[in-house]
Amino acid sequence: MTETLDHEKVLEQAARWKADGHGVALATVIETWGSAPRPVGSQLAIRDDASFIGSVSGGCIEGDVVTRALDTLETGKPEVLEYGVSDAKAWEVGLACGGRIRVFIEPVTA
Amino acid sequence: MHSEILQRLLEDRTAKRPVVLATRLSDGIQKLLYYSDTKGENALLHAANEALASDKGRIVAASDGEWFLNVFNPPLRLIIVGAVHIAQPFARIAALAGYDVTVIDPRTAFASEDRFPGIRLVTNWPDEAMAAEAPDTRTAVVTLTHDPKLDDPALHAALKSPCFYIGALGSKKTHASRMERLTAAGFDEAARARIHGPVGLSIGAKSPAEIAISIMAQITEKLRT
Repeated sequence: MTETLDHEKVLEQAARWKADGHGVALATVIETWGSAPRPVGSQLAIRDDASFIGSVSGGCIEGDVVTRALDTLETGKPEVLEYGVSDAKAWEVGLACGGRIRVFIEPVTA
Repeated sequence: MHSEILQRLLEDRTAKRPVVLATRLSDGIQKLLYYSDTKGENALLHAANEALASDKGRIVAASDGEWFLNVFNPPLRLIIVGAVHIAQPFARIAALAGYDVTVIDPRTAFASEDRFPGIRLVTNWPDEAMAAEAPDTRTAVVTLTHDPKLDDPALHAALKSPCFYIGALGSKKTHASRMERLTAAGFDEAARARIHGPVGLSIGAKSPAEIAISIMAQITEKLRT
């Protein structure tokens, strides 16, 4: 059957990557305000070569989340990030929809 | 996330066990929480119960810090009665939308693996099949056969269940005679009004896939609004 991109499959892919010996990080939407593109609980899995599956927005902030997730793989420390139009970096990685979201990033550890 | 927690979470998903992944935001410590009968003495367990029931993740302030509760409920279910042409694109579209799809049809010429690759098929009669499926509040039921012998028993079972959506394919005329039969069978107006018929949003759908889209859209509307 055609694979759906819900968070179940994202975690399955994360587990497969981990089993294959990759470094893997997870990003999860933990809070939203306004017209956020993806609901709370949406997940993105990031592999150590920067490939990813799933989403935490409509594509607006994934680039930055992937970069920060790779940092998390280095430090081993989870992190909470906030994105939105009020963000200082709004021109770079803001949400065009005007919403705001908080994202939790964590490494998958052995 | 520790690999062990990830594995257990995936096992719960496979077993279709509702589970909450609780994460302490300050340090990333995690645990899996299940439905429990604690009457609110533990704030986190109480909040996990609520999150599962509402199917919505949230942040909770507990005595030991802020926790994010991510809800992993089993997928929504769609039961299609009638392995007809419309059911073929419908089953695929619903699966794409995240539904666990079951197609019921005792006519094995219709309910065949060739026609429905990868879709769960049940070839018992609808009354028996519906009793086994036990539709719950996260289930949608759609009848597509046009044949009262097959559709009606399924509709009876759906109306006696708490399923969140019931749809029945058929013209206004077909639907009117269906309503008369349901009335005769003892279903009152409130019960009969649960059935969406003619089924689907009115978007001028013609082809089987378009009709499937209109039904899927109506189910989504019922679920989300």
